[in-house]
Amino acid sequence: MIIATYVKHVPDAEARLAADGGRIAVDDHAYALDGMDEYGVEAAVRLKEAGLADEVVALAIGPARSEAALRTALALGADRAVLLETDDDLDPLAQAGPLAEATRACGAELLLVGGKQADWDSAALGPAVAEALGWPVCDWTTELRLEGREVAAVHDVDDGSEAWSASLPVVVTTQQGLNEPRYPTLPNIMKAKRKPLERRPLTATARVVTLAAALPSRARRGVRLEGDAATVASELARRLRDEAKVL
Amino acid sequence: MILIAIDHAHGAPRRGAFELVSAARGLGSDVAAVVLGGPEAAPVAAALAAFVPSVVHVDDAALDHPSHERRTTALASVAGELGAEVVLLVAGRGGQAVAPRLALRLGGTLLEDVAAVRRDGTAVVAERLAYLSRASLTVRATAAPVVVSVKPGAYPAAAPADAPGSVASRSVAFTAADDAARPGERRSVARGRVALEEADVVVCGGRGLGDAASFERLVVGLADELGAGVASTRAVVDAGWRPYDEQVGQTGKSVAPKLYFALGVSGAVQHLSGMNRSGTVVAVNKDGDAPIFKASDYGIVGDVREVLPALRAALAGLD
Ligand SMILES: Cc1cc2nc3c(=O)[nH]c(=O)nc-3n(C[C@H](O)[C@H](O)[C@H](O)COP(=O)(O)OP(=O)(O)OC[C@H]3O[C@@H](n4cnc5c(N)ncnc54)[C@H](O)[C@@H]3O)c2cc1C
Ligand SMILES: Nc1ncnc2c1ncn2[C@@H]1O[C@H](COP(=O)(O)O)[C@@H](O)[C@H]1O
Repeated sequence: MIIATYVKHVPDAEARLAADGGRIAVDDHAYALDGMDEYGVEAAVRLKEAGLADEVVALAIGPARSEAALRTALALGADRAVLLETDDDLDPLAQAGPLAEATRACGAELLLVGGKQADWDSAALGPAVAEALGWPVCDWTTELRLEGREVAAVHDVDDGSEAWSASLPVVVTTQQGLNEPRYPTLPNIMKAKRKPLERRPLTATARVVTLAAALPSRARRGVRLEGDAATVASELARRLRDEAKVL
Repeated sequence: MILIAIDHAHGAPRRGAFELVSAARGLGSDVAAVVLGGPEAAPVAAALAAFVPSVVHVDDAALDHPSHERRTTALASVAGELGAEVVLLVAGRGGQAVAPRLALRLGGTLLEDVAAVRRDGTAVVAERLAYLSRASLTVRATAAPVVVSVKPGAYPAAAPADAPGSVASRSVAFTAADDAARPGERRSVARGRVALEEADVVVCGGRGLGDAASFERLVVGLADELGAGVASTRAVVDAGWRPYDEQVGQTGKSVAPKLYFALGVSGAVQHLSGMNRSGTVVAVNKDGDAPIFKASDYGIVGDVREVLPALRAALAGLD
């Protein structure tokens, strides 16, 4: 059984952003493998280590720099990587077709996708690619077991959690709680440099156009209340009622 | 026409349904609502008829707690039949999974997790947050129909319409692919407390609470007194003090209550991205340099163990 795991090269949480002519500009050095994708790589590698999978293929869509995220996935234990290379900002629906095609091409029957991308802030990619593949999707997954071809999972729903099961092939979106991702060790980082990484040019058309971009900062009152606990507490209670009018 | 997909629980629409009515009215007057579920959903359809001209109830017990695939098929069938130009869903967990499938199935475009949606001529334009909610983007869909998932709390709940609408029942045919996934047992969070996304007031505790017992006593205690939702940070969830479904932030829920208390919370970017649309934010932290203060309206530098009991007394003493 082959597992495909999708990785994205995204700005890290502390990256400096600038709004620049209808686009968000990010300091080029501040990119890293999306934290949400690490859970998928870890899940795939653990299934392989347990003898339940034969190969782990890391897939990415993005510009040339995305190779760094794929190398991280390889250092974490993926066997080979494929980059569908494009400089365009593609919305999740536009990525779904090419990603589905690449998933089929590598023969994968389990596709792991991060629960929410840290750049487009979207939880859409996993479900969108599941639709393109015609497979069921288990979203926001916190437990994943494989027995033969049967997948048993637990995932978050709006007011709690739900058990979920299906036969392969399936798409699973990953999140915190699924596992504790490992760190790449130095020898594995060196080994990853020699693992196969294939780059294919991608032409796809975005379905969503960004018209404007801004870095809003909600104006906060920024009031500091000082004094002993009883004084600040009654001052706060009064201001919440009379000034903010929220009580 | 504008079609809104109604989430419901225990025989009543969820608050998000009425927020969608507001969003839909801003896009056009030809609004229909679709309600999925067996007989238990009939009162939901009836309730919606007071708000929109037409309600479609897909009356099938196979749609009680359905898989994303079944829900997609049912919504696609209604949207296709009515010729919907725009389909609105609430961007909760379920809506976020169904909206992309539905948009692809209909051959349209997805605008997901939007804070506002409007028409610009015939085009549909929306505002959405990106980069861990640090940036705001104005986005336009390039092809119809447009499926839009709307952030909970982005719109006020609508008032009933002047004239009541009609309810029609219909059925839908599922395929084998719709039944590939088998949803199983559900575990709901403690009933009796308001759902986090629907709460007007949210009390969030962080690692600064020290342990699970103090969290229970101080954070849950204050929340219960205010009829508020309880939230936590990832640090608290990772420590096992609280369940995952209370976590607010990038990997957790996104909330926008009128009042948000951040107690013993440092204010990491990943946490702020889930709460920075809140109305008034109050922070209590013993470290005056904690980043949460920059994201707050009222900040108290102090120990939660001293400030919280005093605050409860002060709130109880307000007349
Ligand atoms: C991929 C990824 C996703 C993430 N997603 C989320 C998410 O969804 N939600 C989330 O919350 N985090 C998330 N995080 C984690 C986030 O980066 C922070 O680590 C986390 O929010 C910190 O939680 P905290 O504020 O409770 O703990 P800490 O950062 O440890 O802060 C505790 C605060 O309490 C204060 N304090 C201590 N004692 C007291 C006292 N007695 N009285 C008053 N104040 C006190 C301290 O000064 C400190 O500021 C994510 C991280 C990653 C990498
Ligand atoms: N085995 C490791 N190799 C490299 N870096 C590590 C390793 N373990 C932890 N770190 C780093 O140490 C920091 C703290 O890790 P943690 O204790 O897991 O929160 C993280 O920022 C990691 O990048």
